[in-house]
Amino acid sequence: MAEPARIGIGARTPRVEDAALVRGKGCFLDDIHVPGALEAVFLRSPLAHGLIRKLDLAAARAHPGVRAVFAYDDLRARLTMDRIPLALPAAGIRFHVDPFVLAREEVCYAGEPIALVVADSRRVAEDAVALIDLEIEPLPAVADPVKGLEPGAPRARLDCPDNFVASNGIDYGDIDAAFAGAAHVVKERFRLDKGGGHSIEPRGVIARHDPLEGRLTVWDSTQMPHRTRGVLVTTLGLDEEQVRVIAPDVGGGFGPKAVFHPEELAIPAAALLLGQPVKWVEDRFESFTATIGERETDWDMEAAFDADGRLRGIRGRLRYDHGAATPYGVALPFNACTNLIGPYVLPAFKIAIELCLTNKTPAAPTRGAGRPQGTYVMERLLDAMAARIGLPRDEIRRRNFIAASQMPYAVPVKQRDGSLMTYDSGDYPECQRRALAAAGWSDFPARQAAALREGRYIGLGLTNYVEGTGRGPFESASIRVGPSGKVVVTTGATAQGQGVQTMLAQIVAGVLGLEPQAIQVIAGDTNASPMGLGAFASRQAVTAGNAVFQAATLVAEKAKAAASTLLEASPDDLELHDGAVRVKGVPGHQKTLTEIARSLAGAAGFALPAGMTPGLAAATDFLTTGLTYTNGCHLAEVEVDPETGGVKINRYVVVHDCGTMINPMMVEGQILGGVAHGIGMTLFEWMRYDDQAQLLTATFADYLLPTADVLPRLDIHHMISPTPLNPLGVKGAAESGTIGAPATIVSAIEDALSPFGVRIRDLPLTPARLRALVRERSAA
Amino acid sequence: MADTRHVAFTVNGRPVEATVETRVHLADFLRHELLLTGTHVGCEHGVCGACTVLVDGASTRACLMLAVQADGRHVETIESVAAADGAAHPIQAALSRHHGLQCGYCTPGVVMTLVELDRERAGRALTEAEIRAALSGNLCRCTGYQGMVDAALELFGASADQSSV
Ligand code: FES
Ligand code: FES
Repeated sequence: MAEPARIGIGARTPRVEDAALVRGKGCFLDDIHVPGALEAVFLRSPLAHGLIRKLDLAAARAHPGVRAVFAYDDLRARLTMDRIPLALPAAGIRFHVDPFVLAREEVCYAGEPIALVVADSRRVAEDAVALIDLEIEPLPAVADPVKGLEPGAPRARLDCPDNFVASNGIDYGDIDAAFAGAAHVVKERFRLDKGGGHSIEPRGVIARHDPLEGRLTVWDSTQMPHRTRGVLVTTLGLDEEQVRVIAPDVGGGFGPKAVFHPEELAIPAAALLLGQPVKWVEDRFESFTATIGERETDWDMEAAFDADGRLRGIRGRLRYDHGAATPYGVALPFNACTNLIGPYVLPAFKIAIELCLTNKTPAAPTRGAGRPQGTYVMERLLDAMAARIGLPRDEIRRRNFIAASQMPYAVPVKQRDGSLMTYDSGDYPECQRRALAAAGWSDFPARQAAALREGRYIGLGLTNYVEGTGRGPFESASIRVGPSGKVVVTTGATAQGQGVQTMLAQIVAGVLGLEPQAIQVIAGDTNASPMGLGAFASRQAVTAGNAVFQAATLVAEKAKAAASTLLEASPDDLELHDGAVRVKGVPGHQKTLTEIARSLAGAAGFALPAGMTPGLAAATDFLTTGLTYTNGCHLAEVEVDPETGGVKINRYVVVHDCGTMINPMMVEGQILGGVAHGIGMTLFEWMRYDDQAQLLTATFADYLLPTADVLPRLDIHHMISPTPLNPLGVKGAAESGTIGAPATIVSAIEDALSPFGVRIRDLPLTPARLRALVRERSAA
Repeated sequence: MADTRHVAFTVNGRPVEATVETRVHLADFLRHELLLTGTHVGCEHGVCGACTVLVDGASTRACLMLAVQADGRHVETIESVAAADGAAHPIQAALSRHHGLQCGYCTPGVVMTLVELDRERAGRALTEAEIRAALSGNLCRCTGYQGMVDAALELFGASADQSSV
């Protein structure tokens, strides 16, 4: 059955990506066969910390089929500098810790690349890796960010004076007065452990140097090809024209693929040194040990309230595990703290952020990028206070909400770009009201009591949150209608499954009156769009969406202006319909976009239509003005087995407001995936390390991703509070599901176990941990 | 020289004969020797299900089976699912309609799991719990599974036409 054509903003347009993907005809990195490509395998550090005392490559080099084996010095010969310059500017950083392309002398996490073997096949390269004679003198490892900051702690890196890599903080309002005058204070300590992105497609890189063109082409499973190009230009001493980076179909990003990893330089450098294409595809073990992740935070917090449950102030200390390097600056714990504030009036806030280097894989954004942790802390503090003073959990939130009439609402916290953190639109109390109604909040106590009589422990939890989305400073787009009639959109945005092509085609289709299938979107290729930033911080609908909208609007205006000459009609009497500009009310009196494009393409010696510039095309950059804030309210109903610690999620309601939705189906897809990730980090996913920072969970059998049989069906409702900050009124949606889920699930579990008086602080909450909490309370 | 063996089997109905290294797993053989790149590799330790193919009709982790073990058997991959004229199989169309995929990396494995499920159910209507159990061996990081569950429910659920799709 054919779908009816549905186009334009707000339509549930079917995705243009799907036709290839459902047939297995996508083109992911490992699907690219470059003739003559050699295959690469890395030797990685088996220890989390140590000094390389011996690295004998002779046997590996002599192995048949091996073309080269590189250690640090071998690749350094082709580089312009010792380290990979990744640091983003950051306040409070004490020392940048940029990674090396391969470990030089000291290894600082298990999985750090030490040597690179390039061979005729991957199997031969793997054989040769086993022939490398490596000796590492072990050094004490730092596995814990709290212990790592204690005086006398071993150093995670000998090239840094200590582990205290950065300090940061928020301090506004009169915090002392807030606590001095408080009727109630809750004090809590929370420990949230490390998770990860874990896209099902691992990372991978192919590099090919073409000596005829003098050009290096790099296919990279990345969220940010322009950043990759920038780093390669700097480190390889090439110019922008000589480096083309292409992100092919990318099998999921979730943050880790936004960060430049050493392999993305090692493979191109090897290709240049060998004069032959080189391909490397990460295996899952490498993905666990060498791909960045985050979330490990330790919070020591206090919240002061009035007698009626109104927040007076929050203060505390956050210690953050930054792993062994700072490949993305130090923004994550700051995100966590700003997001803690959420949709609530918080008159005073003082928090000290201490970032600790450890001997783990470096920390960098993972879906939510610090925010889920901050929201978790605020919502746990509110629940704790509600329990203390006997206030319903919805009521304590109601008393603290920012009212819709207060929008735009400025929080006295400066953002990365120097602007004040300002919530631009939304109605938080109404959002909660709708969510409570959808989840049956008011009837729940009766159901809960009835279940308890049957010996079943059910609970309902809720969470409100905001998410700053659409980080700038810009995104680029161009649209060209060629003389063939083909409409090509290029953008600096990149796709890892969000449906970027559909989203942008849909916007253009709406403006130009075309079918989305008629529009080709080229994303993720630095040659197609010389400028661009890519995918991070839930930004592409906001930034690329508006850039494309502006460009499409310009193309439509130009098409009308040209048609007005060609049709001898006033532009006011013209409209775009079905790929043509037509005179309103005069059937058949029209010029197709193809005809207009042809007349604007020019012919030797003939004039263009009066006053027109050549080409039916436009290129624009959309510049952001601050972040735009998505918000939402989640409710979850769970059933807990206190004997086993098992948790079953029976119901999950989301009321979500991301302003104007370009494609509600795809917004819901983002929410679904985001919530799944958040449920994972709450109940299943745990990068467990031993005290020497060895990862103990390096397979999908040990590190559990949520599966179809444990995830609930989501009931999603939308509110639409368009942002005034961009022409489309859109806000981002990619991370908000993850931000709201952990606190929601935990609130529900605490509610279910209220007969035991269990209080939950640490994540992830495995069955063993939950059962221990129940036993502790039962014993007490 | 690495140990090799001669093998003969069918892939998507076509006979394949090759000399393969005994250590090569079926997924690598399909992808890199036959260039059937629709079968994806996500973990190579049998958990993610991205590499799911059918061997003699039964869903199989192509990363856990050596190519030599396929000798004399019939292998079906994602490339065989759409009609010869390219038209999408009803499972493929339903996945798209219900937004059951995002990045599409897990999708070929999901499709093969559902193809097997459809054959096994032999016209019997399935519950959501049965569908979720069947899909629990396919990891997806993007979708939260709801779209693929809905796609399967549309085709195999109580309100669906009960002939196999
Ligand atoms: S690649 Fe075979 S199960 Fe993951
Ligand atoms: S659609 Fe991306 S892993 Fe399933």
